[in-house]
Amino acid sequence: MGAQKRMTPGVFVVLAILGIAFVALPLAGLIQRTPWSRAADVLTSESSLTALRLSIVVATSAAVLSLVLGFPLAWGLSRSSFPGRTVVRGLVILPLVMPPVVGGVALLSVFGRRGFLGAALYDAFGVQLTFTTPAAVLAAAFVSLPLAVLALEAGLRSLDPRLEDAAATLGGSRWYVLRRVTLPLLTPQIAAGLVLCWARALGEFGATITFAGNLQGRTQTLPLAVFERLQTDPDGAIALSLLLVAVSLAVIVGLRGRFLAAR
Amino acid sequence: MSLQIDVEARRGDFSVTAAFEAASSETVALLGPNGAGKSTLIATLAGIDPPASGRIELDGQILDDVPAGRHLPPERRPVGVVFQDRLLFPHLSAIDNVSFPLRARGVGRRRARSSAADLLARLGLAERAQARPAELSGGEAQRVALARALIYEPRLLLLDEPLTSLDVRARTQVRTIVRRELNAFAGVRLLVTHDPMEAMSLADRMVLVEDGRVTQIGTPAEVRAAPRTPYVAELVGVNLFTGRLEPLEAGAGRIVTPEGDVVVAWPAEMEGAFDPVMGLLRPADVSLHLRPPEGASARNVLEGIVSSISMEGERARVRLDTSPPLVAEVTLGSVERLGIREGTRLWASFKAVEVRVQVI
Repeated sequence: MGAQKRMTPGVFVVLAILGIAFVALPLAGLIQRTPWSRAADVLTSESSLTALRLSIVVATSAAVLSLVLGFPLAWGLSRSSFPGRTVVRGLVILPLVMPPVVGGVALLSVFGRRGFLGAALYDAFGVQLTFTTPAAVLAAAFVSLPLAVLALEAGLRSLDPRLEDAAATLGGSRWYVLRRVTLPLLTPQIAAGLVLCWARALGEFGATITFAGNLQGRTQTLPLAVFERLQTDPDGAIALSLLLVAVSLAVIVGLRGRFLAAR
Repeated sequence: MSLQIDVEARRGDFSVTAAFEAASSETVALLGPNGAGKSTLIATLAGIDPPASGRIELDGQILDDVPAGRHLPPERRPVGVVFQDRLLFPHLSAIDNVSFPLRARGVGRRRARSSAADLLARLGLAERAQARPAELSGGEAQRVALARALIYEPRLLLLDEPLTSLDVRARTQVRTIVRRELNAFAGVRLLVTHDPMEAMSLADRMVLVEDGRVTQIGTPAEVRAAPRTPYVAELVGVNLFTGRLEPLEAGAGRIVTPEGDVVVAWPAEMEGAFDPVMGLLRPADVSLHLRPPEGASARNVLEGIVSSISMEGERARVRLDTSPPLVAEVTLGSVERLGIREGTRLWASFKAVEVRVQVI
C-alpha cells in the first residue's frame, strides 16, 4: 500500500559506480593530459579552426539531408504497407550496425571514379565526388540516416491520424495538412532526429576517411584531424579531442531537460 | 436543397447500410446504441472512409457515387464535422483552430482571425481565444470545435455526440448553444447521439440505427407513438412532458403542460422557474390500478381510459387518455389479471422522483 521506496541492491550500486567511472575516468585523463600552455595555440591554429568549421558544415548538412531523405522513408514505413516493408526497414537501419569503414568502401564502389554512378557523373559532367566536401557530407549522411528514420517513424506512429482526418474535413489539402498539422506536431521528434544525426555526423570517421579522404580544408573534419595529429603531435591531438568533447557537451547542455529528462 | 444518402459503409468486418433523406434547415438525429455504426456513417459522409457501395448527394452535388466511381475527397466537401472527441489541434490556440478552415482555403491570416474572433465571441469564448486546447474545459473545447466546423459555412453539419463527454453543468450550457447554432444554420444538420433525450430535444426527425441497419425513421412524436423495435421502444417509447417548471414545496416542482400537470422532484442544480423543461418517464415506471390507489407514495395519480394496447413479447404497452396522456408498460400477466382492454377505466400512478427533468 505504502509508497515506500525499494532499496537499490548493493551490487547495482557498485556496478553503477564502475559505470560512471568508466565514462568519467577517460574524460578526466583527457583533461589531466591536456597541455594547457599549448592548448590555445593548437585550438586557434589555422588547421584546427578549418577542421572545426568544416566539421560543423558537414555535420549540419548531413543532418538536414538525413531528415529530408528520412521523412518520406519514415512516412512509408509507418503509414503504408507494401510488400518487402521489413526488407526496406532492415536496409535503412543497416548503416547503423555496419562498420563505417565498410560503408565508406561501399560508397566508394558506387560514387568513386570507377563506381558505376561516379563514372557516369564524371563522363557526363566532369564531376568527381571523392575527395570533396560533398563526399564528406554523403559519408556522414549515410551513417546518420537510420537515426533520422527511427526518430521520425516513432513520432509518426505516436501521432493520432484522426487529427489529420479532421484537418482534411476542414478543407486542408494534403500539403496544407502536412505543413500545418503533421510537421508541427512532430517538432519534438524532428528536433531529436536532427540532434542525433548531427552528433553522429560530427563523430563520423571511418566512412569519411575511406570515401572522402583526409584533405585539409575539404574533407578533414575534426575526428580526422585528431587522428592525423595523434601520429605527429599527441599533445595537440589531446587538445583537439577536448574541443570535440566541449562541442558535444554544449549539445547536451543545449538539450537539457528537453530530451534527456526521464519521460 | 437536401441530403440524399443510400450507402453501405464498411469498417473492418463491420458494415452499415443506411438510406434516408434530410432537408435543409432540418435537424436529423441519428440515434442508436454505441457500436451501431453511427460514427462509421459520419466518417463516410465526411469523405474520410469512402462507402463500399451506394451514393451520397448534397444539394444536387454528388459526394459519392460508387457505381460511377466518383468520390469527393474530404477537403473538397462542403461538410463540417464536430468529432466526438473534438480533435482540436493541440499545437494551435483556440482562435487558430477556428481560423484553420479559412486559412486552408487561402484566406489571409488577419481576415481569418477576425472572422474567428467574431464567431468565438458569439459562442461566448471571446476571453479564451488565445488558450491552447489543453487549457480549455470540456464545454469550451466543444464550443471551439463547433466554431471550427461552422466558420466556413458548410452545407452539411455533422455533430457526433456533441454533449456526451460533458459534465451536467457544461452540458446544459452547451446544449443551449448547440440548439441556437443548429437553428441558425442554413444547411442540413445531422446529429449523432445515443441519448434519446438529446435527440428528442434537438432534432426534427430521428433516424434509428441498430446493428448497422436503419430500423425506423420519423419525427420524435411518431417514433414515440409507434416504436418499431424493442430497442426503440425501450429507448424512445417514453412519456415526455414539455412545459414550464414551477416550484412546489421544498424538493418538489410541477411541470405545467398544455395537457395537464405532473409533479416532479426538483432538480438539484436549478433555482427558480424554468421554461421550457422536459420531463421523461419510462413506461415501466407507471403503475396501473383498477381503483384509485390509497396511501401510496406516488405523487402523480391520473385517471383515464385505455385507448390502445400493443403487445411486445411478454409485455404490453397500454396507452391511456389521461391528462397528460400516458403510456404504461406492464406484463401480459397484469393485463389479464386486471382485465385491461380498450375502453377500461384505470388509474395510473408514478412517483415524482421517477421523472427525469432537463432544461431544454
